[in-house]
This record gives sequence, C-alpha cells and structure tokens, in this order.
Amino acid sequence: MNTNLVDLVYLFSAVFFILGIKGLTKPKTAVRGNMMSAIGMLIAVVITLLDKSIVSYEYIIAGVLVGGIVGGIMATKIQMTSMPQMIAMLNGCGGGASLGLAAASYLLTLGSDGYESGVMGVIAVSFVMITVLIGSVTLTGSLVAFAKLQELISGQSIGFAGIKFLNAALFIAAIVMLGMLCFDPTNSTLFWGLIAASCILGITIVLPIGGADMPVVIALLNSYSGIAAAAAGFIMGNTVLIVSGSLVGASGLILTQIMCVAMNRSLTNVLFGVMAEGSETIDADEIYAGKVKSAQPEEIAMILETARRVVIVPGFGMAMAQAQHAVRELCDVMEDKGIEVEFAIHPVAGRMPGHMNVLLAEAEVSYDKLVEMDRINPTFEQTDVAIVIGANDVTNPMAREDKGSPIYGMPILNVDKAQTVVVIKRSLSPGFAGLPNPLFAQDNTLMVYGDGKKAVIDITASLDLA
Amino acid sequence: MEMIVMQLALFVLSLFLGVELITKVPPTLHTPLMSGTNAISGITLVGAVIAAGAGDSASGLVHALGFIAVVMATVNVIGGYLVTNRMLAMFKRKN
Repeated sequence: MNTNLVDLVYLFSAVFFILGIKGLTKPKTAVRGNMMSAIGMLIAVVITLLDKSIVSYEYIIAGVLVGGIVGGIMATKIQMTSMPQMIAMLNGCGGGASLGLAAASYLLTLGSDGYESGVMGVIAVSFVMITVLIGSVTLTGSLVAFAKLQELISGQSIGFAGIKFLNAALFIAAIVMLGMLCFDPTNSTLFWGLIAASCILGITIVLPIGGADMPVVIALLNSYSGIAAAAAGFIMGNTVLIVSGSLVGASGLILTQIMCVAMNRSLTNVLFGVMAEGSETIDADEIYAGKVKSAQPEEIAMILETARRVVIVPGFGMAMAQAQHAVRELCDVMEDKGIEVEFAIHPVAGRMPGHMNVLLAEAEVSYDKLVEMDRINPTFEQTDVAIVIGANDVTNPMAREDKGSPIYGMPILNVDKAQTVVVIKRSLSPGFAGLPNPLFAQDNTLMVYGDGKKAVIDITASLDLA
Repeated sequence: MEMIVMQLALFVLSLFLGVELITKVPPTLHTPLMSGTNAISGITLVGAVIAAGAGDSASGLVHALGFIAVVMATVNVIGGYLVTNRMLAMFKRKN
C-alpha cells in the first residue's frame, strides 16, 4: 500500500487521539472521548494490517487473541480498589511491547542487510537501544510496583544503604553499552547485556520506593511507557507512534510533577532520596499524652445531627477498609437531614493519581462533591465537622507550622480549622512519614478507633435512628 | 536525514500539545487519564504487527519477540480502553 496513504490515515488516528484526550477534560464528554481514541486506534491498526510488508498473519492473530482475552478479562474483573495494580500492569505491558518491538526489529535488521555505516546507521541503532533501555526499565519497574501494590512483596521501602550507587553503576553501564552498540551494532552479546542491565535497573529503582510515594512512581512509569512508544516510532519511522507516544509521555510527566508538588518534594528526592531529616526527633508520647480524646460512634452521630456543613477527608485507609460504599451511605443520610456534605481530596491521597475519586465514583458519589485541596481549604473554617477516614500525613498541621519537621512545606488539608474533627483510625500509629500527628491531640479532635468501614456503618446507623 | 529531523519536530510539537491538553484534565479524572493514555500507548501494536508478520525469512526468536510485543500491546489496547470506559461510566451515571 502507498506509504503516503498510510501516513495520511495515521494522521487521522492521531487527530482522534488528541480529540479523545480533549474529551477527558470534562466528566461529561469523557466517555465519548475515550470512544474516539479507541476509533483512532482501530483505524491505525487496520491500515497497518493492510500494509504489504506483512507477509504472515499467524503470529499476529495468535498474539491479538491472547492479548485481547487477557486484557479483556483484567479490565472487566478488576475491583476498583485494585486499580493501582491494573495501571501498573498496563504500564509494564506498554514498556514490554516497546522492548519486544525494538529487539525484534534489531534482530530482523541484523539478519538481513545489517545497519548501514555512517551517521544514519548510528542514529538508527541508537533509537533501537534507547527504546530497549526505557522499555526494559518500564517493564521490570512496573512489575515491582505491581508486586508492591498487590502486597506480594512488602509495600514499604526495600533496599540497602548502597542501592543508590548500584543504580548509578547500572545506569552508567547501560549507557556505555548503548554507546558501544551504536558503533558496533553486530555485537549481540552487548545487546543482551544492555537488556539485562536495564531490566535489573528497573527493579532496583522501584524497590526502595514505598507506600505513599507510589503515586509518583505510577505516574512516572506511565510517562516512560509513552516515551518508549515514541522511541519505537523513531525505529519504525512511524509517525502515529511518535505522536501518540509523546502525548502519553507528556501526560505522565505532568501527573508526576503534580504528585511531587503535592508532596513538596523533588522527583530526584523521591527516586533517590529518603525523607528529609527532621532537626529534632519528635516524641509521639509527648504530643499525645493525656490529650487524645476518643469517642463512640453514637457520640459522633449526635454531633453530626446538629451540623450544617460536613467535610469528609478520605485516605488510603478508606481503600484498605473497602469503606467507600459505607461512606456514601453516611453521606446520603446526612444529606437527608439537610447537612451540606463535601469530600476533600488531597492529590496524593491513595496509591495513584485520582485513586480516591475513582473509589468514590464507584460508590456513586457525584463528582461535583469531590473538591480539590486548593478550593476546599478556605472552607474548613466554616465547616462544623471534618471526618478524616484513613488519612494521616496529608492532614498533619506540622507540615504548615513546624519548620523543623521533615514534612514542613507539604501542602495539607487544613482539617484542624474545622469546629470539630473526627478521625476514624485503627490506632495512633504514624503514617508513611513516620511522624506523630498533632491533629489527633487537638482539643477539637475526637478519635474513633476501629475498622474504617465498621465505624462508618455504626455512625450511619446511629444517625439514621436519631 | 530530513526524515529524522521532521520526526523530531513532530515529537517535540506533540510533547507541547500533550502538556497543553493534559493540564486541563481535572484531578477527578486522573486515573482514567492514566488508563486511557495507557491504551493509546498500546499503539505500539502498529509496530509490533510489522515485526510479528515478518514472514519465514525471520528467525524463530524474531517471531517470538514479535508475538510477545503483539500480546502486550493488545493487553494495553483492549484492557486500557475497557477499564477506562468502565471507570468513566461510573463518573457519568449520577448526572
């Protein structure tokens, strides 16, 4: 088929992808946007299958069948609480596909005419090797992220003191092999060495990153999978791959940046550093001793009864307890009693960007009740009750007030300004930052100890009877 | 060479377009955005089918790699679009 025609059709699909992403800017148009993007994909795949350079179809058909079944089952069966794992898997598949594509193209070229000598040859090989590097890191990094989120391995930081140097050594080794391959593309030992080093690098980069830093990693791997696709586009000289790969790469980068800003940390700090050291060790007992008040669900229901405005602050604990449906019911009962209810969503609440929004949407909470941090923060002073469910560090007033604190400067939800703060939590144990939270010891704070879901159900039941 | 410069231009311009587009996506939709862009990055399928369909001249290893690439890219495409659609339908239904 005429390559100009193919390129024109690719242009159509690229336009569909762009319109698709544009649709995602509003919840109302988002479903249609996703459809358009899928149509763009269909067009691109169909026109490619008509390409004359494809001589055998058996591997393609088998691959599409296997991938389609696996992807279809995953997408329809996965629980909303497991969505971070799903995204990690999809990122990994993106990286893996680019890696497979690059390796196949490399072996194919070596098996036929080889790479031409001179500048053009060097450029062609370098695209292959860059794709291999990014694709491998994305693949194995995402698998480790998946294992952490699925709790196959510990979700916390795993590593040893020198792991930074190991990563640096692996990265340098990979770059050196990449450079040598550019001038000696036939050295396939180097090629497999590059794949091995990159795969190990992906594992050792993600292993030391744990818990609350997961949203950054997920967003970053999302970006890598796009950049790998764009790099693969350079190998194939394929315009639609370049355009869509870079769109995805940009998307991931922006999400990564949003996550970093929301934690007041730089990307290098998340990837290579540990939490900033506090100037003094903060004694949890000193903060909590004699000041923490606990309450029973019935007492909370009585307070809620007289409230006019309530803000619910969900965190990863809500996802862990699968409490989103219980929370929606509490919200319904309060609204029946004429109470104004909103949800305060911190950008890094949960394990991936938008985690809380998806869970609450699953529980049929309308999205206009989910309010971003910047818009909800000024309203806490007019809020009668703030209910914190399974969130900790993102509500810690030390981030605002204590200059010596490791989390100083991190933007937080100002729940402490509410008239009454209700914290539903299993115990006084610290969050990911390992810090005590003075919020729990405030005069206007009431702790409800126990499982998030059960506590919310008990409060709802008492309030409903009242 | 002109070809590569053109492609680089395309790459850089698309990056800028991506930044402009995606900064407008509200935080509520960040998860569907990630799965939706994941589906788009499954466009590697287009390259993978060319590698997998290279015919008998290619070695078994090439076929295997091409096959793996097609499987993974298809998981991205099918899984990505379906799961995005599932999530977005939840966001829509109350309105």
